[in-house]
Amino acid sequence: MSASIVPAGIPAGRASPVRAIPGFRATLAVTLLWLGTIVLIPLAALALRPLELGPAGLLASLAEERVVAALGLSFGAALMAALLNLPLGLLLAWAVVRLRFPGRGLLDAALDLPFALPTAVAGIALTAVTAPNGWLGAPLEALFGWKIAFTRAGVVLALMFVGLPFIVRTVEPVLRDMAAEAEEAAATLGATRAQTVLRVVLPGLLPALLTGFALAFARAVGEYGSVIFIAGNLPMLTEIAPLLIVIRLEQFDYAGAAAVGLAMLLLSFAVLLAIELLQRRLRRGRR
Amino acid sequence: MSGAFRRAAQDPPWARWLVAAAAILVALLLLALPLAAVFVEALRRGLPAALKALSEPDTVAAIWLTLLVAAITVPVNLVGGLAAAWCIAKFDFPGKRLLTALIDLPFSVSPVIAGLSFVLMFGARGWFGPWLEARDIQIIFAVPGLVLATLFVTFPFVARTVLPLMAEQGRDEEEAAATLGAGGLQTFLMVTLPGIRWALLAGVLLCNARAMGEFGAVSVVSGHIRGETNTVPLHVEILYNEYQFAGAFAVAALLALLGLVTLVAKMVLERLAGRRAEIHTGGAA
Repeated sequence: MSASIVPAGIPAGRASPVRAIPGFRATLAVTLLWLGTIVLIPLAALALRPLELGPAGLLASLAEERVVAALGLSFGAALMAALLNLPLGLLLAWAVVRLRFPGRGLLDAALDLPFALPTAVAGIALTAVTAPNGWLGAPLEALFGWKIAFTRAGVVLALMFVGLPFIVRTVEPVLRDMAAEAEEAAATLGATRAQTVLRVVLPGLLPALLTGFALAFARAVGEYGSVIFIAGNLPMLTEIAPLLIVIRLEQFDYAGAAAVGLAMLLLSFAVLLAIELLQRRLRRGRR
Repeated sequence: MSGAFRRAAQDPPWARWLVAAAAILVALLLLALPLAAVFVEALRRGLPAALKALSEPDTVAAIWLTLLVAAITVPVNLVGGLAAAWCIAKFDFPGKRLLTALIDLPFSVSPVIAGLSFVLMFGARGWFGPWLEARDIQIIFAVPGLVLATLFVTFPFVARTVLPLMAEQGRDEEEAAATLGAGGLQTFLMVTLPGIRWALLAGVLLCNARAMGEFGAVSVVSGHIRGETNTVPLHVEILYNEYQFAGAFAVAALLALLGLVTLVAKMVLERLAGRRAEIHTGGAA
């Protein structure tokens, strides 16, 4: 791309006629080199490696009972955690944006904690709290007989912890910018507060909730550090897919590990695509 | 304003109190309790015991290794992120949207898969494994592997925090500077940088916190050799699995402090910048 006059026929705005700002070629070259070496070439290795198994071998490798169980747990628990986080995230966002109470600023800051806390720390901390002798684990078991640490519930809890801020932080700005006029209009038209919230406010938040759901899911499905401490890691029961990758690598089954990794990536992109399509339908429906 | 109108446009006081109380309860149970548990467990045998656990040779080696990895990865991703933000924000070219999406890609890839990709390339049975072995170069189970895996998971942080701001600023000032004869670096340092410095600093801090706290990706490529390829988060796991809980939580408390300091610094920077830094980052750790 030289700094010359663009020939006629190229639409304006696509490329400015004269590139006054320097550094395009240099920064683009650095960017491509950086992206290629750190991200694209390694991911190409991931995509190509399972091919050496052949189609039949690849399917057999993925159809192993233990793989199916691990993928089922990773995706099931990630979806469940994101779903449970929707009302919690909405509640927290609402409190931070719409209410004034002592400690609100501290609450707002604390909501970013899962972003900042290293996952291994989150993992052992959640395990300590929910273990049979933990602050929550002991009373929950004594009162209801519930076990959280070393069960699937523990996996879901860890994924809720890492996913919660995604939902709060995507809903928050939309809730803040939502025009008060819509709510006031609903009120003038005789709606009750409950009707206003359910039929005016919530539909307006739906796209943001979906985006937050997608982000929380994407994060949770590949999560490793916070889960392996609390899960107990029993094959078929509480073993997540990333752990299976680690186990296959330890057995030098590179192709088998890559097959699980590739399956995880493709499945999670499929889920994210489905959410994106839902978003588009939602947007079309509103017009 | 009639009473009915106010009732419909505003929440009744009891509802407001209920929501606030519920929100505080959720935050206490889900966020504050685990954080408190880290420090309580770390100090269970007293501060001297915790400090002693932190000064063990293996722990000290892990701290130095983590600092080394962060000292390499953060500058690389800073330069790469700034270059990417510059060419995406200041120029139009075909494939720009694809490039932006690809820069975000590491956030939607499991860190274990990131580690796996590098093993597939440089591991004993990887693409370049035999070639490296013949030349006695070790990448996996050595520091270069830790650096590569950390580079992958912290890849988008700087670009992500700086790009929206740089795009918002437009191009007029840079164009004016260039017309007046300023070079590229000069334009960046004197025209662009003052407007993005706080966001840039926040991006660097977040990148650093993730680099120092990363677990999944480095776990795959580390080999867990004590004193050699064991970073601080991996050391937490080793101590924990050996039932040295006091030591594990003491080291974990150190990492938790790093997280808290990062949070506070991010808040201060956001106040200075007058906007929220984008840390809606995907990708697990």
